[in-house]
Amino acid sequence: MTAAGDPDSAYVRMANLTKKFGDFTAVDAVSLDIRRGEIFCLLGGSGSGKTTLLRMLAGFERPSAGAIHIDGEDMSAIPPYERPVNMMFQSYALFPHMSVERNIAFGLEQEGLPRAEIRRQVGDILDIVKMGGFGSRKPHQLSGGQRQRVALARALVKRPKLLLLDEPLAALDRKLREHTQFELISIQQRLGVTCIVVTHDQEEAMTLGTRLGVMNHGRIAQVGTPSDIYESPVTRFVADFIGSVNMFEGRVSEDGAECVRIRSEELGCTVRAERSVHCVGGSTVWTAIRPEKINISRHRPLAASAQRADAAENVVRGTVREIAYMGDMSIYLVQLDSGRMMRVTLPNITRGTERGFAREESVWLSWHGSSPVVLTE
Amino acid sequence: MARLTSAAGRRLIAGIPTGWLLLLFLVPFIIVFRISFSEVRLAIPPYTPLLTFRHGSPALELHWSAYQFLFTDPLYVSSYLYSLKVAAVSTLCCLALGYPMAYAIAHAGSATRPVLLMLIVLPFWTSFLLRVYAWIGLLKNNGVINNLLMSLGVIHHPLALLQTDFAVYIGIVYSYLPFMILPLYANLEKHDAALLEAAADLGARPARAFLRITVPQSFPGIVAGSLLVFIPAVGEYVIPTLLGRTDQLMIGRVLSDEFFENRDWPVASAVAILILLLLVVPILLFQRYQRRELEGAR
Amino acid sequence: MRERRLVPRLALVLGFAFLYGPILSMIVFSFNNSRLVTVWDAAHSPTLKWYGALLHNEQILGAAWLSIRIAVVAASVAVVLGTLAGTALARLGAFRGRLLLAGMVTAPIVMPEVITGLSLLLMFVALGQLIGWPKGVGALTITLAHITFCMAYVTVVVQSRLAGFDESLEEAAMDLGARPARVFFRITLPLILPAIVSGWLLAFTLSWDDLVITQFVAGPGSSTLPMVIFSKVRFGVTPDVNALATIMVLLVATGVAISTVWMRYRERRRARDLQLAAAANL
Repeated sequence: MTAAGDPDSAYVRMANLTKKFGDFTAVDAVSLDIRRGEIFCLLGGSGSGKTTLLRMLAGFERPSAGAIHIDGEDMSAIPPYERPVNMMFQSYALFPHMSVERNIAFGLEQEGLPRAEIRRQVGDILDIVKMGGFGSRKPHQLSGGQRQRVALARALVKRPKLLLLDEPLAALDRKLREHTQFELISIQQRLGVTCIVVTHDQEEAMTLGTRLGVMNHGRIAQVGTPSDIYESPVTRFVADFIGSVNMFEGRVSEDGAECVRIRSEELGCTVRAERSVHCVGGSTVWTAIRPEKINISRHRPLAASAQRADAAENVVRGTVREIAYMGDMSIYLVQLDSGRMMRVTLPNITRGTERGFAREESVWLSWHGSSPVVLTE
Repeated sequence: MARLTSAAGRRLIAGIPTGWLLLLFLVPFIIVFRISFSEVRLAIPPYTPLLTFRHGSPALELHWSAYQFLFTDPLYVSSYLYSLKVAAVSTLCCLALGYPMAYAIAHAGSATRPVLLMLIVLPFWTSFLLRVYAWIGLLKNNGVINNLLMSLGVIHHPLALLQTDFAVYIGIVYSYLPFMILPLYANLEKHDAALLEAAADLGARPARAFLRITVPQSFPGIVAGSLLVFIPAVGEYVIPTLLGRTDQLMIGRVLSDEFFENRDWPVASAVAILILLLLVVPILLFQRYQRRELEGAR
Repeated sequence: MRERRLVPRLALVLGFAFLYGPILSMIVFSFNNSRLVTVWDAAHSPTLKWYGALLHNEQILGAAWLSIRIAVVAASVAVVLGTLAGTALARLGAFRGRLLLAGMVTAPIVMPEVITGLSLLLMFVALGQLIGWPKGVGALTITLAHITFCMAYVTVVVQSRLAGFDESLEEAAMDLGARPARVFFRITLPLILPAIVSGWLLAFTLSWDDLVITQFVAGPGSSTLPMVIFSKVRFGVTPDVNALATIMVLLVATGVAISTVWMRYRERRRARDLQLAAAANL
């Protein structure tokens, strides 16, 4: 079983991949390296180009420019039926007139393997996806979750170098989705298959992916591990796309070695950010703070009390306007003096509402210096 | 899929049917066109050649006599007009009967709908010729209808129902009804019931909603069904021959007579070309509708 | 809302009476002893004598046999050509000559038969003059003519079936290693088979029943059943034709009944399978 593999070896390399449909550019000069044995998630909304990229990898779309290399081999001239790539379709695309066994065997038959060998491999993969014994059933006799497993088995049985998954969990209901997510990961690790997953669902991407690529308008906005993307977005788009975020515009008042100070009117205070990008003093930047990183209190936090009122750092005052009780946590919408709304989430650590804040209550919001992310674009 | 098959394979798949149709559908029309410019003569084949050699060099020999004949002889002009009239009236009658039937089927329960459709199509699988023949038995002087009416005392002398315009209308409506109903049904079935509910909610009475919402939406179906009836009806042969008048012939019969009775191939060809010219616009309309329907299904 | 239902329902009832009345009348009078067909001879009817006469009528039997043979060949070839054309139009995107093929394929459906018949005969004559084949008209020319107009209908049926077909099935097959030809034969064809079968039946019926085009391209030696019937009924009703009509209606009704029962059976099995799957619920 391979781990995420040697970071220097690009098992799947996409170089300057572009796809144009007439005037419209669906995929714009995308360059990505996928490591062997990892699950890479392409995350994006509709129209972001992720599906087109997937289809180019499978061979169903011809790139307008650029190249795809898998395990060192150039795929440009290779049609889909000769590529070492297999795809699990969003609609599963199981052949309705064939049994489960025949569906899975189909790919092996194209390789010309002997009957007995095919039967053995089909049996093995059915066991792996926990569908042993369902071989003679037809697709219409299966439930949605069962069909999904057969589709997965069919794509895995040929042990492809690259497995493509198109919105694999979209058709499943919530409970089943969670259960299947972990099963997918365990199967992938067991077989060591390199996977590229395309999805619009952040939760799916964050759970499944060892690395994520966020796509926007045909380009890759950012590549990284789920925590990289969530905690250190590099653009406003990525910060806004993943989870929710509070975004404020401001001016750099001090760019030091240890931290950056940003003066923001919208926020109504100075932001002191410890982790920062390089920025020019006086330039306009944006500060992003995640809702769960913010603290709410009834009284001004002590550390802040020591500061002068007009030079308050990382602390603002506001009024609670809306509260959404979600069971495990509560979302507070707090209106600042400037009029802007700030979104704060707090886990409901204690039962009952003793700590709970009420509507129209005046509160203090504060955060640690490591929380804000400074974005220049 | 297209880019993944080889160029040779693609050429074969499209080429074979195209080749067949070119040879057996398009080329024949060209030949008809060419013969319409000949004159009849006693020979095999019974028409004058197009290319003759005069003093050793080729010359084109075009005779316009066939066309002249058609335009000047009142028999032909009246035949064309009569055919258009009969086809138009029959189409309207077919629409009048077919539309409510298609509407009823589209609004029937999902279990009865396929049964009703099957019942509409079923007569079509029995012989067209025999079904027209059935009307002879019904309409003739001592036929079923006249016998019934006379035995009931409604009339005392048989009505002349056969060999009239009326018989032809009945024959055409009878034979082409499924062709009117099916496209209409296909269209009506796709209508969203919520639109009518919205109209009612906004104060429109059922009749109004029907006229202002259902009918305009069903327009493509009306056009398709009407063309499917009108175009072949113009050139109908069997129905007017078995049921129609003997003093006024439809153009399909005229063409056949010119060919078989008079053995005048050039005039028959000219008749065919003129029918085609009359129908070119409706045929193109129909093809446009077909294209849109099939591409819309994707 | 009630009035909305009344008119259509009434039209439906009247329409069905209109459609089936003549057929029923033909069937009833096939048992009538009188040669006048529509004047009921109560003293000697009902009788099966016209059916007996039919079975001994060499002309009709011979013509029927010829019609069947022609129809089987024509339908089979038309299905192959129509499937090719339907596949080309539905799957090959925009290719050179697409408009031409699409136009040529839809025109025969509406073209008046006298025109198609005339043009085909003139074509056969010209061809015979040019290359010596076909040597005169007969069963072969009839079959060629029938194939031509039947394939148009088959194309429409196949094309519309393919247009509604889930292309991801074909892509999945290719993804698993099958070349396009194999994809067509192992995946597409089995799934559009019902459409192809109904196309065959449609072509068979159209060929078997055709009169006008056949009259043009038939020779003196070949008479198809419609031609024989037509020459008989041109001049009035004859009772043996009623008997023939009844037999045909019976055959068609039986065929439809069998296929309906078969489809019902399959529907019930499918519904039961779906229920089992839902109950398994995983």
